[in-house]
Amino acid sequence: MREKIKYAYEQLGLPRLIIISFFLFLLISAIPLQLSIANLLGNAIRRWGMYGVLVLAMVPAVQCGIGLNFGISLGIVAGLLSATITIEMGIANPWISILVAILIGAALSSVIGVGYGALLNRVKGSEMTVSTYVGFSVIALMNIVWLSVPFKNGELIWPIGGQGMRNTINLASSFGGVLNDFLSFTIGDPANGLFVPTGLLLFFLFMCTVVWLFMRSKTGVAMSAAGANPMFARASGVNVNRMRILGTTVSTVLAAIGILTYTQSYGFLQLYNAPLMMGFHCVAAVLIGGASVSRAKISHVIIGTFLFQGILAVALPVINSVMPESNLPDVIRIIISNGIILYALSKTKEGKGNV
Amino acid sequence: MEAHDILRMENISKEYFGTRVLKNVHLSVRPGEIHALMGENGAGKSTLMNILFGMPVIHNTGGFEGKIEISGQSVTIDSPNKAMDFGIGMVHQEFMLIPGFTITENIKVGREISYPTVVSRIFGRQLETLDHKQMAKDARKALSDIGLSIEEYVKVAGLPIGYMQFIEIAREIDKAGIRLMVFDEPTAVLTESEADRLLEIMRLIASKGIAIIFITHRLDEVMAVADRVTVLRDGEFVATKETKDTNVVELAKLMIGRKVEKLVEDTADTRILSDDDIALSLRDFEVDMAGEAVKGIDLDVRHGEIFGIGGLAGQGKIGIPNGIMGLYPARGTAAAFGQPLLLDKLGNALSNHIACVSEDRRGVGLLLGESIEHNIVFSAIQIRNDFVTKIGPVRLYDQPAARKHTQKMIELLDIRCTGPSQLASALSGGNQQKVCLARALTMQPKILIVSEPTRGIDIGAKKLVLEHLVKLNREQGMTIIMVSSELVELRSLCDRIAIISDGKLNRIMKPDDSDADFGLAMAGVRKAVTEDA
Repeated sequence: MREKIKYAYEQLGLPRLIIISFFLFLLISAIPLQLSIANLLGNAIRRWGMYGVLVLAMVPAVQCGIGLNFGISLGIVAGLLSATITIEMGIANPWISILVAILIGAALSSVIGVGYGALLNRVKGSEMTVSTYVGFSVIALMNIVWLSVPFKNGELIWPIGGQGMRNTINLASSFGGVLNDFLSFTIGDPANGLFVPTGLLLFFLFMCTVVWLFMRSKTGVAMSAAGANPMFARASGVNVNRMRILGTTVSTVLAAIGILTYTQSYGFLQLYNAPLMMGFHCVAAVLIGGASVSRAKISHVIIGTFLFQGILAVALPVINSVMPESNLPDVIRIIISNGIILYALSKTKEGKGNV
Repeated sequence: MEAHDILRMENISKEYFGTRVLKNVHLSVRPGEIHALMGENGAGKSTLMNILFGMPVIHNTGGFEGKIEISGQSVTIDSPNKAMDFGIGMVHQEFMLIPGFTITENIKVGREISYPTVVSRIFGRQLETLDHKQMAKDARKALSDIGLSIEEYVKVAGLPIGYMQFIEIAREIDKAGIRLMVFDEPTAVLTESEADRLLEIMRLIASKGIAIIFITHRLDEVMAVADRVTVLRDGEFVATKETKDTNVVELAKLMIGRKVEKLVEDTADTRILSDDDIALSLRDFEVDMAGEAVKGIDLDVRHGEIFGIGGLAGQGKIGIPNGIMGLYPARGTAAAFGQPLLLDKLGNALSNHIACVSEDRRGVGLLLGESIEHNIVFSAIQIRNDFVTKIGPVRLYDQPAARKHTQKMIELLDIRCTGPSQLASALSGGNQQKVCLARALTMQPKILIVSEPTRGIDIGAKKLVLEHLVKLNREQGMTIIMVSSELVELRSLCDRIAIISDGKLNRIMKPDDSDADFGLAMAGVRKAVTEDA
């Protein structure tokens, strides 16, 4: 028994133990505050599925050796662009709508991903710094694009002036909530019970399975080896640079699909600076799950996303009811996400991946 | 040993983690003498010098036994600073110069001459003004002392390599009270004319009464400048000789001199080796590998043979397998069974049934964070599409097959582990090496290249690995190319041994050739010299 506990502790690690305790602490403190636990948990679950695919985008990036992909903003803007294109096309059926959005998004992001991967191959050793700034720059660049795209659909553009897209775009007439509502049900009281977005969770798990299978394919195995030890991969005839481009591309495509899953659950498209810090949240989530800058598994994504988003979902109402009118929850979110990134980066070894 | 020796090191012994690397070594140096210190890689030369300089590596690992006397006084040297105080200087193999500084600044760095100013009187010595004139004068003198006419105000960056070496020497000379200088393989990076120049400078320095310890592999240089020579072998003192009483052949013999132990039992040898049946041939083969460059080699390895490639470290033997496998840029032609290899195409050698066990086990040979199973089957998955099931366009990892194969390999090579899923990093060196070997064998190669197969592994694993190599050769007719620094190993296993020196093939020798011949070949002396001697 003691051995088992010790093993479980070693598997979990101290940071995760602290986060889990914090999560449970928040959940328990919700009881005396007379908050609905079912509601809180439902929120946590929804956010879990919402962010899951975005966080999943970290796995191929980390495994192929470029480290934590702070630049998933590239994939995110590709996904957002594909969503606006889909809305502009005016497809009524939500299922066809999201499918088209995913297809366009995947196509756009894979082109972008190849270029991004090629860029990262030129900056080996400082990928994470470069990707952070690539992520920031692309948001700024897209701000110009959002303003100047000649879309005509009234859902997209500012009602006055007729030029440039809105900050927030309602998805009710396209694919809003399409996955969330699929086979969904509520446990307990329909108004205040535990809402389970079955379709969303199924899609998240489906994407996890796809990535898991990819990581176990011949190419996936080669990609992981290229990330773990480039010289080893080369000695077995693996083209390391090509594998890094592949991993970056897959990561970017997943980010595009991830943002579409996110927006359909949220019900709104948020353009302009909204996705600026999204990369950091995804990085923080996968790190909380137990990943490092050189190794990430699907299980890290599943656990990490749940803990990170769960804390946010629970902390917000709990702290709000303790200290109304404060923005403490947001402060806590920033402390947790940046703190955990700092923790992980402090464990990095520089210069790995240089061939 | 006369009383006026400047340096006497007596009965020096040193242990690193239970391994004795020096056993009762003596070294005595007279003032103004050039004393050569010779030995193969690992003979203990560096350790001896580290002791002399009081390097931290010695004291952090339990110190040493024996005593050191300088000018007849028994001393303890426990830090490099102390060594400097005793007037011992070192000319490093890799230059410790600051490129953006002038020659003067490089010579004087750390020992600047300065005079006080108002500011320094208040804030301390750190703020004194440099006396550039005096420093330039000193630098000039040091440069003239070694017969170098270069201007002292030139920046070091961009100077020819040879000059950098000379500036290092000038810096040591400039130190007040220098009595003994150590030159650690100073000619290794120099061109022939620069090397000649260096030897002249050494004579010049010695003529001023400064003693020199000259570490080198090159026998001809020893004969040219040294007064006496001390030979170490396997951490043991072999002999100190007056250069005039000895010759190249004797020195070579002293360096190598040991009987060939049989590391593996003889087995029935039914192989037929023929010069017409060539497994691997190299023509004008060059490899750009830093520190192990290959500069044009022609070799033919017969089918079914165990072919050894030996030579001292840094001479290029390691470059050969790396070039063949496409890991470093290579030129010239290489062909396996008549089929030319595309040297610039990664993995082409593997596709042509050549597998390689890398000398850099932890760096190249293993995925340390992955399981034994992954490590063993990885190459075969990538090159041969083994251990994958094809579903549509996707090739998925076939774990049951991989697991079964790994189990088989674990039994075959006696890999001591908790099971196929144990991480490679958790294994001992010997077992890691077996995993590397298992991966190469999983490729079912016709030619197996093993590079430094026994480096850093214990004697039991060593024997097993070597025996298995012989078995593969005798039973399956596998052609084996073994690259090793261990001459004993090569001589006990190989049919022929190519000795590489300075990136070129020196000679192809038989295992029962004389020790002297091996020594000469390793030291880079061509056959012609042997015939003269």
